[in-house]
Amino acid sequence: MAELKFHIYPIESGFHGPKRPTPSPDLIAKYNYANFKPFKNSKQNSDEYIATAAKEIRRDIIRSLVEAKSGHSGGPLGISDVMATLYFGGVMRYDPKQPWMESRDRFVLSAGHMAPVLYATLANAGFMEKKELLTLRKLNSRLQGHPGRDMGLPGIETSTGSLGQGMGIAVGMALADKYVSKNDHRVYCITGDGELQEGEIWEAAMFASHWKLDNLCVLVDRNHCQIDGRNPDVMEVDPVADKWKAFGFHTIHINGHSIPEIRAAYAEANSVKEKPTCIVAETYMGHPISFMNDDYRWHGKPPNKEQAEKALAELE
Amino acid sequence: METTTKTIANNEPLASTNGMKPKFELLGKKATRFGFGEGLVTLGERYENVVVLGGDITGSVMTSYFQEKFPDRFFSAGIMEATATLVATGLALSGKVPFFASYGAFAACRNTDMLRISVCYNDANVKIGGGHAGISVGPDGATHQVLEEIAITRTLPNMTLVVPCDFTEAKKATVAIGEFVGPAYIRFGRTDTPMFTKEDTPFELGRAQVFREGNDVAICACGPMVWEALVAAEELAKEGIDARVINVSTIKPLDNATLIAAAKECGAIVSAEEHQITAGLGGAIAELLVKEYPVPMEFVGVHDTFGGSGEPDELMALFGLTSVTIIEAAKKVVKRKS
Repeated sequence: MAELKFHIYPIESGFHGPKRPTPSPDLIAKYNYANFKPFKNSKQNSDEYIATAAKEIRRDIIRSLVEAKSGHSGGPLGISDVMATLYFGGVMRYDPKQPWMESRDRFVLSAGHMAPVLYATLANAGFMEKKELLTLRKLNSRLQGHPGRDMGLPGIETSTGSLGQGMGIAVGMALADKYVSKNDHRVYCITGDGELQEGEIWEAAMFASHWKLDNLCVLVDRNHCQIDGRNPDVMEVDPVADKWKAFGFHTIHINGHSIPEIRAAYAEANSVKEKPTCIVAETYMGHPISFMNDDYRWHGKPPNKEQAEKALAELE
Repeated sequence: METTTKTIANNEPLASTNGMKPKFELLGKKATRFGFGEGLVTLGERYENVVVLGGDITGSVMTSYFQEKFPDRFFSAGIMEATATLVATGLALSGKVPFFASYGAFAACRNTDMLRISVCYNDANVKIGGGHAGISVGPDGATHQVLEEIAITRTLPNMTLVVPCDFTEAKKATVAIGEFVGPAYIRFGRTDTPMFTKEDTPFELGRAQVFREGNDVAICACGPMVWEALVAAEELAKEGIDARVINVSTIKPLDNATLIAAAKECGAIVSAEEHQITAGLGGAIAELLVKEYPVPMEFVGVHDTFGGSGEPDELMALFGLTSVTIIEAAKKVVKRKS
């Protein structure tokens, strides 16, 4: 029987021309981006190595946001330890030299507004040159305000940004792998906790559980904050872990800034059979920058020049 | 292994006749939804990566045919149209060709955000079947009679929209959108409607077909209104008005060349659709012609109102979706030609 072929690799489309924005040579020199060597991904990497990568991801988030002059700071900084563990702790299978290789694991950032952390992680893994981070949100940049698959940026599996939708797409990828392609790929998805207010999350959770998608691991960035305030003041989402458990997920509750706990949780998720896993990772928005930590007012704004200098100094 | 990467034909100028002069006759009555169901089975037989998501109403939108034949490639999604569409996106981004079908009221209207951002912005190879379209759903009433989804889906970048005119064309169109690469929406109905096309009747995605020759007025129709247009044309001929009938089964992308030729050669247009007259087929044609070749135009469709319960033929008569209304519109537009 034949197979219909579809370009499953993104093809640049839309209005975007081939002319990419050019970052300032001064900044590239200041951040020493030209001499950067990507971090390696291995289960053998020490926790300290991953922590170093997380720190570099956080620096890149600050650098790209201050250049962009708009964008989300709090969530990306808070989830950096998780992202560093996923990409540099040997959790995810990928090859930046063959970004679309068939056997890769899939990553879906359902909370698309946390794009700066995804771009910073991909750059630190070698999917793109680091200087491109300085083009965030600029005209014709591959680094759209929310991830856009139409830009063809390696490592961006799907466009996300309308909250709740990425989770359903991740479920579809897991369904394709488990039942149609019958391979051993795993699908990793990160959602925000404010995002849990979207009904599609729970539809997708019900679907994933019904179809026993043990190749799916969802991580909830539990920072208790959203753009208008703290969750209970906007819309209560607790009890988060119990909800996922009730929906049939194997649920693990961890400190999302503890690299050993994150590693252990992903290892545990790997061993669960016949049900999907949800890791509820307690984090602080804006962590560990002193003037941002656990402050919801940093959800949707970038640092100004002075704040960026201060934040970068704290990350030395 | 067979590789199919069909694209929609460019709008090359066409001879207005398409080289055929079919004489259509009533071959029976059968709902277009059965054509969709049979088309899915054909695709399943041909291609191993065609998969179907069920939305509980599988026996209504006929995805049940595929389920019976290919249970391993059928996935029940329960009553969650939004998530079924997102799951379809994930399947498509993993190289599958997923179809999801529900009533158009839910598959298009409830789903607009998913179609816009996840399906179309991703340019994901997702195929959506929108059943129980139009007022001919009958007794279920206004909640289930979708009259707005042509307008919604045709505004989405990357989307292809096809509205087959009868059972046989629905089957061909289903296979065609499956073999075509890119997001696509197919609209079909619940009620038995006239069957009049045959296996050898021309059909091509992206092409409008001239079903009857004529140079006094062009009636451009889609869905079950194509048969009404053919009936109207015969009546008009008795009064000396020679109407061209064009089956515009692909509404997006529109076959500009055939429609511009119709405007030039006939000098008057009537659009006919089982849909709101705003932003539907008539709207699409008007957008084209007002720029390229403005001619007088009349619109047959639903006038900014919801439907209601009743038998399908009662409702079609009440809302003016019959040959009678098309005849009136044609006479009116011919008078407007100066």
